[in-house]
Amino acid sequence: MTMTETAPNASGYKDFSVGGFTFSRDEYFVTVTWPTGSHQMDIVQWLRCVQRDVAWEFFYGIINFDEVIGTMNHYGNVDMFAGRFNEAYRRAEVDYNENFDHDELLGCFKAMLSDWTNEGYDPFAAPMETGSAYGTSQGDNDKAVTRKRVVAERMVSVPGDEPIRSDESGFPINRAFADVHQDEPVITAEPGYEDQVCSFSLYAYLSRSDVTWNPSVVSACKESLYCPTTEEFILPVIHGNDRVEWFVQLSDEIQWDVEDRDTGAKRARVVMKAGDVAAMPADIRHQGYAPKRSMLLVWENGSPRIPEMIANGEAPVRPVDF
Amino acid sequence: MPEQYTTVFGSLGQYEKGGVEVINDNPKHYAFSNMFEVASGAKPYEKVAVAKNLEYVLEVIRAEGTSEWRATPHDEFALVVDGSLEIELLDPTQPLVDQDASGSVGIDGEPAGSPMGRVQAGRGHMTLLPAGKAYRFHSDGVAVVLLQTIEGPDTVFRWADICQTV
Ligand SMILES: [Fe+2]
Repeated sequence: MTMTETAPNASGYKDFSVGGFTFSRDEYFVTVTWPTGSHQMDIVQWLRCVQRDVAWEFFYGIINFDEVIGTMNHYGNVDMFAGRFNEAYRRAEVDYNENFDHDELLGCFKAMLSDWTNEGYDPFAAPMETGSAYGTSQGDNDKAVTRKRVVAERMVSVPGDEPIRSDESGFPINRAFADVHQDEPVITAEPGYEDQVCSFSLYAYLSRSDVTWNPSVVSACKESLYCPTTEEFILPVIHGNDRVEWFVQLSDEIQWDVEDRDTGAKRARVVMKAGDVAAMPADIRHQGYAPKRSMLLVWENGSPRIPEMIANGEAPVRPVDF
Repeated sequence: MPEQYTTVFGSLGQYEKGGVEVINDNPKHYAFSNMFEVASGAKPYEKVAVAKNLEYVLEVIRAEGTSEWRATPHDEFALVVDGSLEIELLDPTQPLVDQDASGSVGIDGEPAGSPMGRVQAGRGHMTLLPAGKAYRFHSDGVAVVLLQTIEGPDTVFRWADICQTV
């Protein structure tokens, strides 16, 4: 099975096919077809979703692009589905699922993102910070769509690990964080211990993030990963968990819609303000809304054993019992 | 109107708490708490878990005065979310904790070893507490620390007290 692409259509965009799925775009929409159906989405929404799926390499669990289309990561291979987590599609038996090699689907998404993103549009940016994605094909923004997701091995700022951000390294302070203090901790290391006495300003680091809704690893305690991210406007994807996930709201406010992972039935709304901590159970899906750019610490357990542990009943669906 | 934003971080002295609005669920499933509220009700240097994922935990620590020395078998990370904190690091002469253990352990008195240095950390600063080393915290006032670690002998769990239940 391989990806195929066509010559540009009337709007100047190529069609892409992988397995039973075909993707085509026009000035406003993406059209997805598969053997039992078809679906359309706003191209802005589509590009913002595909961008996250590519940057995260399918992340943990399920990435719903909307209530119909999405991917489910099996860590090495990945499902692309239509209607799989939609009760009406399931009942009508028109849902569709296809398994792909990780690199194959990723390759298709990367090619699509490159061809379909116009000059001046950045799918990682908040809507007020970028140009339009609509219209006929115009140039590209490969510089933006191929940004590397930061993954620190130990901690940002540790010698040899991910560096802190500065004006000089191309990360100016974001307009919404202009009031965030930029002072760094005062470090006094004894001779010979310079590479072990390490500290940095996480808040200053996040104030200089040029992406939204893109959790990146800043510290790792074995498989415990701090994945903070800056959030503005709407999380483009509806994230379906395959494990318990935790949020620590470091600044400002995000409101979350929480739904049943499999049916989409509403379960709760979670309002998080600065200092709040909340878990998301392993059987939900969620989408966040941030009216002002905020700092969110997403805390993940990156253990590859977890989905199997949950399937076998060895890992809890709920974070804690009390 | 020109854009002008105020970033809200919250503090012991001033924080607002959100919450879970249930539609068809139990709020306990979200283990919803607030770091500043937990620190307000904690004893100095008590290690109160606010998040747990299998063996891993996040602990809120109310840093007030000087802590005991603690030795950690694995890397830990201390994020100051309020106040200012001094962190002293020490490279012990003898191992103070089994390297396969989880979480840090308290040490009686002054452990023998070489001083590694110190960090003066303010709000938003994150510090590595390296594996196999010892550390001690000090705050002239009250600071609040979020510690990324593994459940250890001194981790305190009191979910029913700190989490939204209805
Ligand atoms: Fe999520």
